[in-house]
Amino acid sequence: MLEFLQSGPVQSALLLSAAAALLCGALGLFTVLRGQAFAGHALADVSSAGGAGSLLFGISPLLGFLLFGVAGVAGLEILQPRRAAGRDEAAGILLGAGLGGTALLLHFCVTTRGAAGAAQAVMFGAMFSTPPGTALWSCLLAGGCLAVLALIARPLLLASLDEELARVAGVKLRVLGLVFLLLLALGVTLAAMTVGAILATALLIGPAAAGLRLARGPLAAALLSMALGLAACWGGIALAYESYGWMPGRTWPVSFFIVALVLVFYAAAGLRRWA
Amino acid sequence: MSYLVEIWLAAGLVALAAGAAGYIVVLRRAGFAAHALPMAAFPGAAAASLFGFPLWAGLAGFALGGAGLLALVQRSVRRDAATALLLALLLAVGALCLSLSGHYAGSVYGLLFGQVFALGAEDLPVLGVIGFCVPVLLFLALRPLSLSALSPELMRVQGGRPFAMEVFFLAVLALAAGFAVPVTGALLVFSLMLGPGAAAARLCSGPLAGLILAMGLALGLAWAGLGLAFLTDWPVGFFTGVGAALIYLLARVKTG
Repeated sequence: MLEFLQSGPVQSALLLSAAAALLCGALGLFTVLRGQAFAGHALADVSSAGGAGSLLFGISPLLGFLLFGVAGVAGLEILQPRRAAGRDEAAGILLGAGLGGTALLLHFCVTTRGAAGAAQAVMFGAMFSTPPGTALWSCLLAGGCLAVLALIARPLLLASLDEELARVAGVKLRVLGLVFLLLLALGVTLAAMTVGAILATALLIGPAAAGLRLARGPLAAALLSMALGLAACWGGIALAYESYGWMPGRTWPVSFFIVALVLVFYAAAGLRRWA
Repeated sequence: MSYLVEIWLAAGLVALAAGAAGYIVVLRRAGFAAHALPMAAFPGAAAASLFGFPLWAGLAGFALGGAGLLALVQRSVRRDAATALLLALLLAVGALCLSLSGHYAGSVYGLLFGQVFALGAEDLPVLGVIGFCVPVLLFLALRPLSLSALSPELMRVQGGRPFAMEVFFLAVLALAAGFAVPVTGALLVFSLMLGPGAAAARLCSGPLAGLILAMGLALGLAWAGLGLAFLTDWPVGFFTGVGAALIYLLARVKTG
């Protein structure tokens, strides 16, 4: 146990995943309530191009994922129509273009740098090989985002539950929606660095959906969602560390354990509500 | 038959099925479901390589299993959240299978972004059946498929069963998407479906014209991507993803 905690890569993995889990747990609550799971997923997929780019050009992965996540928000703002009907379509097109870019950048990673594991690292996460320092920056970023989210939480909750009422109450829906999307891009960026770009959605949606099933009030749901996300991440890291001895020569990916734990929590929350 | 002609044919057959399916996806507003479903092919192919059964069996088995699960998930209260979680489950299981099979790093890219140049003549008969059957099935079921999506109540009054149509649609979609995965990869099948489908839905008013235009656009997209990939040595997935966005944008500009 002590050995586990003293390992450098494990320490930064624990820090990074905590930042991702706490921020995504809180953001996920609003994402689920607003029905924006697909938008969140699209942002994570687009940010994967940044992850691939950071490997190719040798810049910090945090910066790479972040740049493309924010670019994804701009794309969504431009493409998505006001009415709900064409939204999934626009998000889907953006996601496809982003992934096309990822395919090209990863191709260059393999051909020019010989990095055969690049696709695996970007799409399924490379938590244990994050550069030192990135974890600390991620914690600061998550802290800042959580503070902003706390500031806009009340009007955002109102706007998410009843748009008409929020408009009558004088809430600026468009600005609020844009700020939320930006926070979402930052959140999925952290999640993408933790469990990988295409699994980030699990960390965003799973704990929040479970929290909404169990808790009564919005604050309780948010806190529970953050706690469940953290438990899934740290439990997954511990399991992955343990699993080195299970099948010699074959590794169990840490992202698999985290996603599996998230799904177990979600399913258990469903059973609990039925019982 | 030369090697290139085989690839050309395979991509064309896959594109016909994907274009037809994509048009119905747009009609039924099932974008997220259509993105999640091809992911079933990822664990399918990975499991086939881990346990050593034929690739097609893995693809078809997981595609139909995924369609069944997705149909159940779509009935839940927050369907987009449940769809997102199913998607993550499929991808995580695929990652596990690849990791345990020991050729993780090399296979991930091919399965996610396509490895069209790995196809051969022995794959053509299966792709031919898919490329022919999927558009025909969707064409025959066009009326109930649109009705059950636009107004499930009306369909129930007429004695139809919207849930059965949903399951049928997802099963056909899963087959079309699953068999396109070796060509375009699990992530970019979706572009091949959605770009042409969304453009056709904007440009055509009649469903039959829309279906045919979507198939034509998908065929053009796939072949153009293949040709450009061959000329530049860049991945097909890049041209598919960006090309689909271009088609969609052009259609949006044209219709205003």
